[in-house]
Amino acid sequence: MKPAAFEHHAAGSVEEAVSLLAELADEDVKVLAGGQSLVPLLALRLASVGHLVDVNGVAELTSISNGDGLRFGAVVRHRQVERSPEVAAANPLLAAAVRRIGHTAIRNRGTIGGTVAHADPAAEIPAVLALLDGSVEVRGVDGTRSIAAAELFDGYFTTTLEPEELLTSVHVPALPAGTGWSVQQFSRRSGDYGIVTVLATLARDGDGRISAARVAYAGVDAVPLRSSVAETALVGQTASPELWTAVGHDAAAVLEPSSDLNGSAEYRRHLAATLTARALQQASERAGGRA
Amino acid sequence: MSERTVQVTVNGVPHEASVEARRTLTDFIREDLRLTGTHVGCEHGVCGACTVLLDGEAVRACLLLAVQVDGREIRTIEGLATGEQLHPLQEALRDCHSFQCGFCTPGFVMTAVALLEEGATPNEEELREELSGNLCRCTGYQSIVAGVAEAVQRVNGSGGTAGSSVGSDAQRVEEISR
Repeated sequence: MKPAAFEHHAAGSVEEAVSLLAELADEDVKVLAGGQSLVPLLALRLASVGHLVDVNGVAELTSISNGDGLRFGAVVRHRQVERSPEVAAANPLLAAAVRRIGHTAIRNRGTIGGTVAHADPAAEIPAVLALLDGSVEVRGVDGTRSIAAAELFDGYFTTTLEPEELLTSVHVPALPAGTGWSVQQFSRRSGDYGIVTVLATLARDGDGRISAARVAYAGVDAVPLRSSVAETALVGQTASPELWTAVGHDAAAVLEPSSDLNGSAEYRRHLAATLTARALQQASERAGGRA
Repeated sequence: MSERTVQVTVNGVPHEASVEARRTLTDFIREDLRLTGTHVGCEHGVCGACTVLLDGEAVRACLLLAVQVDGREIRTIEGLATGEQLHPLQEALRDCHSFQCGFCTPGFVMTAVALLEEGATPNEEELREELSGNLCRCTGYQSIVAGVAEAVQRVNGSGGTAGSSVGSDAQRVEEISR
């Protein structure tokens, strides 16, 4: 239960972190952000590293900016997101999703860049990125590039970042005014990863018909998923409890979750159907006058 | 393995020690500083027993490396009482008979101290949510929730707990204890 020995490098800037990653590329180097996932993996010796490049002291990665959507430096803590009035105003769905992460003590250290780079298939923020077509910016020795959410998540705990690249910022589009939203999650204990998490946004036109809909899942596949089945079935329809139930059922039917100690594939599909109906109901109630 | 010198202020007292990079903050506090009030439970961030305050914020000490707290300020359970005078939270927890074996106690107390010092006045549901990151295997949590609710009322005013079952539990426990 103690990590194996490694070397620790406190990076003072993005440039320094990136050059350390390149320099130590052949010696099992990992980036240390909040450490709320990496340190347990090291303690349990499920992972071992030769070197940690600690980016907690990189001041340029600690701010939130609000312009064309919200942009978060990679080491912005979850607690900072949770408490930001700007986030609450521009994207209440993100503010609600971030509160579902672990506990206060975890959110005091855990970072938005860390959870995205870690790519846990049950994690909330990767699903928010999938839902809203967010993106990340990464820096390598050869320069900067942007990766869209749809191109970022590549499998269980795997992203398309190169080993020598550092995730520097996370971009989450704002919710358009009048868009309703919902975060529905089921876990057996408060603060655990959701067994299934459903995120939804919904907008209605003047006639009350659904003009836009997005639905995303965490915990049902190796990566966060968008539901084209649900989104296609919703647009143009009139809101009703029967619609939510039918869409939840159809969207869940095409999911292919795996079974584990937390629940069988069948149970996860059941949760997905139920939580989808609840998410759509709540998003619909919030659409129009934003609650 | 190369060692690093860490300078840290713990409960107002400056300390300096040479540590390996892999030394967790929990082990640093207990083994190097000999402050054994902070307990080690799961060592991978689940149980909350090792919760301490880092620059005033509750954190799990087993998920931090000692080298990461260089230049920072830590508070542990040993820093709460002033001589023989208990912290108001400790008094409330004692009055409500909140704990049994004591293993989880320092973690709960440090989590609750952070909450109290923010001026929070959580209702019962919010309080249970705030304490849900700490595991207790003895009490069933009722007495701990009652004790922290009592402390919130004493320190931050009645807040959201007035009229809740937590408040009346605390009162009942107090009456029994008399």
